[in-house]
Amino acid sequence: MRRLTPYLLALPSWMWLAIFLVVPMAAMASVSLQTGNAIDGFAMTFSFSNYTDAIGRYSTQLLRSLLYGGLATVAMLVIGYPVAYWIAFKGGARKSMYLFLLLLPFFVSFVLRTISWGFLLADDGILFGTLKGWGLLAADFHVLATTFAVVGGLTYNFLPFMILPIYVALERVDPRVIEAAYDLYASRLSAFRRVVLPLSLPGVFAGVLMTFVPATADPVNAQILGGTGNTMIGNIIQTEYLTNLDYPTASALSFTLMAVLLVGIFIYARALGTENVLEAAAR
Amino acid sequence: MRGGRLGDRLLHVYTWLIIVWLSSPIAVMILFGFNDKKSKSNTSWQGFTLRWYGELFDISDLTTALRNSLVIAVVSTIITVVIGTMLGLAVGRYRFRGQGTTNFLVFAAISTPELVMGASLLSLFVSGTVPRDANTIIIAHVLFSLSFVVVTVRARVIVLDPSLEEAARDLGATAWGTFRQVTLPSIMPGVLAGAMLAFALSIDDYVVTSFVNGSTITFPLWIVGSVKTGIPPQVNVMGTLIFGIGVLIAVANAVTARRRA
Repeated sequence: MRRLTPYLLALPSWMWLAIFLVVPMAAMASVSLQTGNAIDGFAMTFSFSNYTDAIGRYSTQLLRSLLYGGLATVAMLVIGYPVAYWIAFKGGARKSMYLFLLLLPFFVSFVLRTISWGFLLADDGILFGTLKGWGLLAADFHVLATTFAVVGGLTYNFLPFMILPIYVALERVDPRVIEAAYDLYASRLSAFRRVVLPLSLPGVFAGVLMTFVPATADPVNAQILGGTGNTMIGNIIQTEYLTNLDYPTASALSFTLMAVLLVGIFIYARALGTENVLEAAAR
Repeated sequence: MRGGRLGDRLLHVYTWLIIVWLSSPIAVMILFGFNDKKSKSNTSWQGFTLRWYGELFDISDLTTALRNSLVIAVVSTIITVVIGTMLGLAVGRYRFRGQGTTNFLVFAAISTPELVMGASLLSLFVSGTVPRDANTIIIAHVLFSLSFVVVTVRARVIVLDPSLEEAARDLGATAWGTFRQVTLPSIMPGVLAGAMLAFALSIDDYVVTSFVNGSTITFPLWIVGSVKTGIPPQVNVMGTLIFGIGVLIAVANAVTARRRA
């Protein structure tokens, strides 16, 4: 009986993960190769051309998503690293207060946060409307429905996911190591570049992973903050599935997106060294 | 550190600027729940009122959506906490066959993009002609919350001293009694953290839900659906109340944790 305990404990979750994570992926793989329509039904025809058709039709949105996701990730890294650095080394007794304040937005629904953000950026909203009223901005100035608005929204929404892992990595850096660098006549810059930065790379890796994947696949920011020229692959997949009921195309696109993200992570992991990947995955 | 006093001070100011930036949409949301708007759209400040707090439940579709979200969050949290705690105990305590696969699946469930998770579940439900309603939403929410509960519980199980449980058994406690009186209280902080995460993830989710909802509307779905026609101030008020309650619970939790320590 005792030897069976772990299996009995794991069984319900195994079943849940198998039936609702593994089987659906197989179902999606199968649907992505079928042909037909929503009224007459779909039949398996091993139609690999679904993939080439879908990618050909939506390559613009696919590439745009990768670009937006990449831009937002770089922006988050540049904006977030100094914050994580300052809290980890200078936050003192108030470290947890700063972290709490950074996490405050998560107490508001993601959708509502994005809408509020769009509301702040509205052409005649409280920010730009006021500035226009003072004559500080041209009357036709706008941010909504631009690349900047969507990338900015993604950066805003996922920034804490970049800051936290970098903070965790920096927090574990032994201050004596940095002291030692100074004792050996390292300048402030070279101590950072050659000691602190390399030690924080696992955190950077985890942060990039936690932000690039959801930012690239996010449909909400483009839908609420973007215009017709900012449609991302997430919006296309939603429309194909839910409005056009073109399940094969939508499934093929979902798989393509996942494959592209996996390849991206793999290349990135190779570039950064596999030890960092293992360390990030272990945590 | 020598030098860089100015640099540190600039970074301090910078950190506060980022905090203000991250919080500004929340301030806007709270503020416009008090806006005495006359026109259809709620985009410019027209004076202070408490009217929307009084008329909070006047939009029946919105109230239904909020109720759906709360019911779905409670039910999916209960299921997730029960099965997730069991798996957390299994992977934290025992060595067993299939552990590697289990860890991989837990990791895969966290790292699959929401969009792909929603799309694949819809593929399954469409292929099996499963009707989509609140039940399919609950299935999806348990799926994306499960790994978080497993991870938080496992973290507590790993640091649990096994001699405590041995002592309980030596004193004649049954297996169930040992679990209820020794194991469960020690892993409780992990279970509670997992439960709060699961609840927050569920009540917040838009992307996965939008694939599996059928005709059931949740709070985030209702909000996105009314973007084009204008968000009524009641949404701001509900958002403000959820925010307030969430912050209160988090602060209370932190205070009791500090007192216990």
